[in-house]
Amino acid sequence: MSWAGWLRLIVVTGAVLLLEVLCRAGVIAKTVLPAPSVMAGDLYRLLASGAASADIGETLGNVAMAVIASILLGFVAGVAIHAMPRVRRALDPFLATYYAVPFFVFYPVLIVIFGLGAAPIVVIGTLFGVVAMLINTLNGLDRIPRVLLKTARVHGMDPVRTALMVKLPSAAPFLFTGAKLAIAYCFIGVIAAEFIMSSSGIGYSIAYAFNNFDNARMYALMLFIIVLVTVLNAVLFTWERRIMQRRRR
Amino acid sequence: MKANVAAKRDLHEEAGANPAPAVHAELKGVSRIYGVPGQGGVHALGPVDLTLRQGEFFSVVGPSGCGKSTLLDVLSGLSVPTEGSVSFEGKPVAGKVPDGVGVVFQEDATFPWLTVWDNIAFGLRRAGVDPAEIERRVDYAVGFVGLKDFAKAYPVQLSGGMRQRVCIARTLVMRPRLILLDEPFGALDAQTRLIMGDELLKLWRETGATVMLITHALDEAAMLSDRIGVMSSRPGRIIEEIETGWSRERDSRIASEDSFGQITARLWRLLREESLKAAGLAGGGS
Repeated sequence: MSWAGWLRLIVVTGAVLLLEVLCRAGVIAKTVLPAPSVMAGDLYRLLASGAASADIGETLGNVAMAVIASILLGFVAGVAIHAMPRVRRALDPFLATYYAVPFFVFYPVLIVIFGLGAAPIVVIGTLFGVVAMLINTLNGLDRIPRVLLKTARVHGMDPVRTALMVKLPSAAPFLFTGAKLAIAYCFIGVIAAEFIMSSSGIGYSIAYAFNNFDNARMYALMLFIIVLVTVLNAVLFTWERRIMQRRRR
Repeated sequence: MKANVAAKRDLHEEAGANPAPAVHAELKGVSRIYGVPGQGGVHALGPVDLTLRQGEFFSVVGPSGCGKSTLLDVLSGLSVPTEGSVSFEGKPVAGKVPDGVGVVFQEDATFPWLTVWDNIAFGLRRAGVDPAEIERRVDYAVGFVGLKDFAKAYPVQLSGGMRQRVCIARTLVMRPRLILLDEPFGALDAQTRLIMGDELLKLWRETGATVMLITHALDEAAMLSDRIGVMSSRPGRIIEEIETGWSRERDSRIASEDSFGQITARLWRLLREESLKAAGLAGGGS
């Protein structure tokens, strides 16, 4: 591991240990924050009992649907908009300011349209993820070196083969970045939506536990989400770096 | 010495049993205008009349922005001329790169997601060549450009000169009869250029292909070419064609010969005026 890697590990471990000590010493009250070791124990018991399995399954299912929709829609829309420069010029300001819009204000509208259930939650998740994918698709297509397209023409390649054998692999690192961001945004969108407009899922369970003073369950679920998202992103990050190492010019 | 060179050339032409060198590619009255003339359109090239002879090494020099690359695009079929006609081996070239024409660009055109070996095999796989034949040709080409130890490397692991060798090898395996090179060594340092120049001569001799090299380096043109076309400032026309009279077996050592200096000086005199015009400093004086 690199020096920076060790430092990171020391900082994170140190923070957890400090929190443990402060909780055990009673500086932080039990009712405010249980010690990290207690949280981990609660999480273990919660997972082992299977009491949270349905909620976890529901949330992961919603995230998966939102991720697939974001990546497909974002990619297709990105390719289409890239092919129409005038449309793109018109849309550019919207894309640039997209994430400045707080979508959650629309949640009553979404419930009216889609009803209570998984649909409005998946829609919110997709709204969060789709534009990250779209912007990165545009970026990747913009950065295909012109000389590679000329090379395709020298080899007499038709548009379909050029797209599959030159454009797609050339844009791949950006598409990967788009997918990685879409996954992160979909988690945020789905779990936040579950807080306010759902009767199941991890987000709902955390809100429910909070309203019922069930600290053990609430913190266990929070820990679960943090660990899950961190591990997932670490895997994607490592994979991305491996691709880029081979590719960067 | 000069007589000797001329004698060698004669021998060569006799050996080819082809007293009047055959026309390999031809441009007749070719112009290229981008946009609408008079409304911000740019007259980039022409009119140009140019004949490439079978098997010759032809270089084009000219001031920057004179339309050298446009000339190559039009000749290769990558770009359609606004006026005039282009032909290769007697057939018209129209908006498509004909079989038998290979192009090497100045920019790095390696595919970063493929290994050196796969980069070189790219065109052959595209053309549906038999796998055993692909292996034979690519292995040979990898050796020819001196990248045997890097066959499994990715372009990112190579220097600029090595990447350009990959592009040259990728063109070479297609067995082109006309090789067009657009400032292929423009991004390389002087020493690497010299070595690459010698390699290009070796490639030219071994393949028997016709070569057209676009360059802004006058010494490179003088050293490598049978014939040099000098272009005017934009819109580029060919204002002079110079025969160098070198033997086919030449290499960079001819840079120490008297006639090399004379050719380079002549190119420089022709280009000085045009370069000043291109830079907006017309007149130039003496």
